[in-house]
Amino acid sequence: MDIRNLLYRPTEAEKSAVDEVLGPPDSGWDGGSFGGLDGRVAYGGHAAREKRHMLLPALHAVQDAVGGVSRGALGYISDRLTVPPAEAYGVATFYALYGVDETGITTIHVCDDIICTQYGAEALCDSLDDALGSNGVRWERSPCLGQCDRAPAAMLHQPGKGYANAAPVDTRSVRAIGFDELDPGVVHQDRSELALLRRVGDVDPESLESYRASGGYETLSRAVDLGPMGVIEELERSNLRGRGGAAFPIGVKWRGVAEAPGPIKYVIANGDESEPGTFKDRLLMEGDPFAVVEAMTIYGFATGATHGYVYVRGEYPTAERRLTRAISQAREAGLLGADVAGSGFDFKLEVRRGAGAYICGEETALFASIEGHRGEPRQKPPFPTQHGLFGKPTGINNIETLLAALYALQIGGVPFSALGTEQSSGPKLFCVSGAVDRPGVYEVPFGATLGELLELSGAGKIGAVLLGGAAGSFVGPEAMSMPLTFEATRAAGATLGSGAVIVFDDDTDFGPVLARIARFFRDESCGQCVPCRIGTVRQEEALGRLSGGRPLGSRQEERKRLDDLARVMTDASICGLGQTAASAIQSAIRLGLPGAPQ
Amino acid sequence: MTTTDRQRVTISASVDGKTVELPEGSSVLDACRSAGVGLPTLCYGPTMTPASACRVCVVELEGSRALIPSCSRELEEGMEIRTGTDRAEHSRRLVLELLGSASELDRSEEQLAGWMTMAGARSERFGPPAVEAPRQPPSPGHHGSPELAAAATVYEPAKVEDELYVRDYSRCILCYRCVDACGVEHQNTFAIAVAGRGFDSRISTEFDFALPDSACVYCGNCIAVCPTGALVGKIEYDMREQGAWDESSQEITRTVCSYCGVGCNLDLHTQDNRIVKVTSPHDHDVTLGNLCIKGRFGWSYVGSGVDG
Ligand SMILES: Cc1cc2nc3c(=O)[nH]c(=O)nc-3n(C[C@H](O)[C@H](O)[C@H](O)COP(=O)(O)O)c2cc1C
Ligand code: SF4
Ligand code: SF4
Ligand code: SF4
Ligand code: FES
Ligand code: FES
Repeated sequence: MDIRNLLYRPTEAEKSAVDEVLGPPDSGWDGGSFGGLDGRVAYGGHAAREKRHMLLPALHAVQDAVGGVSRGALGYISDRLTVPPAEAYGVATFYALYGVDETGITTIHVCDDIICTQYGAEALCDSLDDALGSNGVRWERSPCLGQCDRAPAAMLHQPGKGYANAAPVDTRSVRAIGFDELDPGVVHQDRSELALLRRVGDVDPESLESYRASGGYETLSRAVDLGPMGVIEELERSNLRGRGGAAFPIGVKWRGVAEAPGPIKYVIANGDESEPGTFKDRLLMEGDPFAVVEAMTIYGFATGATHGYVYVRGEYPTAERRLTRAISQAREAGLLGADVAGSGFDFKLEVRRGAGAYICGEETALFASIEGHRGEPRQKPPFPTQHGLFGKPTGINNIETLLAALYALQIGGVPFSALGTEQSSGPKLFCVSGAVDRPGVYEVPFGATLGELLELSGAGKIGAVLLGGAAGSFVGPEAMSMPLTFEATRAAGATLGSGAVIVFDDDTDFGPVLARIARFFRDESCGQCVPCRIGTVRQEEALGRLSGGRPLGSRQEERKRLDDLARVMTDASICGLGQTAASAIQSAIRLGLPGAPQ
Repeated sequence: MTTTDRQRVTISASVDGKTVELPEGSSVLDACRSAGVGLPTLCYGPTMTPASACRVCVVELEGSRALIPSCSRELEEGMEIRTGTDRAEHSRRLVLELLGSASELDRSEEQLAGWMTMAGARSERFGPPAVEAPRQPPSPGHHGSPELAAAATVYEPAKVEDELYVRDYSRCILCYRCVDACGVEHQNTFAIAVAGRGFDSRISTEFDFALPDSACVYCGNCIAVCPTGALVGKIEYDMREQGAWDESSQEITRTVCSYCGVGCNLDLHTQDNRIVKVTSPHDHDVTLGNLCIKGRFGWSYVGSGVDG
């Protein structure tokens, strides 16, 4: 590969930020000074490809140190990793959290998504230009920040310090966001009766001892006794299905990875959680990080993977920090590393940070992101269990799925399968937000009805509920008796999706809500395939014309256009983003919600 | 399997009810073609690995919820493929309409107009094309309010940066062919990549530098694979802008490049006895359509003795 290096040089601060994550350069070929044999030997090929996965960590390092990715920094990173500058630029400009070709910027990301707007986010945004002035501080609108239980939310990024969440914020407090960490969030139910949330807010998330005192790591010992196949059979008996949206049986997936040929396999915990209205995985990662580490260790043990990743959404700095700390404590205690808990099993786990891209929650886009590429999904098949991260067999599960698996192994597969319904077993987390008295994460056995869930959280007169977030669908007040199970929602033409339950009261104008959803998909499409890249643009335009009362041609023609777009996006897109980009809007139209196009 | 019994395995499947048999490793597209069904393809070029990005080749597969891209899906035993269903035709038409609503396609490969007509694609139904201000630097996750009365396009002024080659990205459909040609598939130069996200994605050098300031070596192999005329030689671009480009009057003369010993075949395209473009045949087993700067652009000496 011919690589032409950029002529811009990094500053000392940029160089040391990069060297901190990559180590010092080996030679003149990767950004060091030329000398010795460098003129006669070159590095490339395999050695170079092996470093590319460090591209996002290196970009994060300069973004955090100096508040942007300058030409010199990008050039230095390209040299260090032997990545062509055009490609590094293509990657950096894919992710919303990198400020490319700038430095020294402090950014306040203000959520203007469909829950925060119910709590005054628009008025907050309107006040910000005056409130913030300009002195190197900029504010930007952001999609859901995963803090919807305490809306409206904001996030600060400050050079030299990194990210900090704040919620709720107002015009005054948004100017003074500090770096004190927020609590994970209130658990409104009696913890002693819960399975997945029982430790959140109870154990000290920074202490392995505290986790162990509450029964932590007993399940790993049990797993080691069961052996890899024993673990998988137990999970098969549990009937546990994935909580990340696709409801795929965990036993099938784990067995698929375990039985895939080849010595190198990976396991991944998907903590990218960017579906608007979803914050359950944040609670678990922030409040119970050791459980994620324990579950991942068992995942590796059962499937034969020796390397695992936890991919955490870039907007979740507390989760990232606590998981990193939990991993290092576990390693020191011999619960990770060469000989896990004396079992002879060798397992390495590391945290990777996303950088502002909803699409990176899609499993194949997530692989691309860890590999140091743009987060573009790829066509399946081949499926990840055969051809996943770095082309190797890979198991990937949602954070909640992993904690549910830990619970299933703790109580046994058969007792787990007896919870909930036949097709939807176990406990389930729902993120209730919007027009309710007590927004938060609720744990109920599968089968509880929507009405029962909303009673727990205290809802008033309801206009509609959006199940599953932007990629989900609206249901009306008549759905209160619907059991929240995979099968019952499917039969009703809805979905549980990510577990988001967004409540709108009965005087909501859904016009702006649908417009925000259309904008979300237009912004978050990776841009790879035509139905989604252009379809999401045309959908936003047609919707805007209809709600503004200025249709192109007749209203019927405009409606036909929207329907045609929905159909091609659903039928012909590469991945689930495009396939669901019309779902919420179409459901609002079908229900005839006020403000939806008629 | 030992080497002696490694005879080619045949896969049998059905296309629109007709049984087809093809060697293992064939694509669904190959199967459709062998059943006599022509399907449009845009991101899949004959010499390249399919990107599965444009979705203009989608067909229905029994048992699959979504449509599948025929170009990249490997044929499997017993597949039941349907190409002419309402669903499949609807998606292929919409993809063509959407592409035409966002990019200028009037200088595209000849077949495209035929596919558009056959599918009954009407791009104008999405509104008159918006002509936007020069492009802003990428800002993933953010975009301005839509114009509504006009359809957003990928418009940007043509990049005329040197005497050899023009990048007219208002015609780009983001098929990834040029990126793959410049990168892993052919050239291994990696001068260009996709930058930005979503509808604002563009083919770009680092920081959108002009081509002469990038890693580009002017092999023109990206021009050779671009299906829409977004990448084009400067002479062809100028002639087209002046309305002087007339493909029907052009002659193609096959010769061998005289610069080095590799022996690349050259096709000299001449109009009014003047070379207007040089290509290499895609099916040539040495070049696969690729050349270097000398073969592709180094011919201004030809004829210099004649015209003076
Ligand atoms: C656009 C898109 C975004 C997604 N985001 C997430 C996510 O943030 N977290 C997650 O666990 N799964 C997400 N998924 C689903 C994953 O692709 C994958 O199915 C899941 O991680 C598998 O885990 P599970 O089997 O435990 O559910 C997303 C899918 C799509 C199409
Ligand atoms: S459906 Fe959208 S997000 Fe998914 S691959 Fe296609 S363009 Fe990208
Ligand atoms: S001319 Fe050659 S080197 Fe330049 S961008 Fe095109 S393919 Fe790459
Ligand atoms: S410039 Fe041409 S080859 Fe490159 S992506 Fe655009 S249309 Fe395809
Ligand atoms: S944090 Fe604002 S909508 Fe979720
Ligand atoms: S030609 Fe098949 S997806 Fe583009």
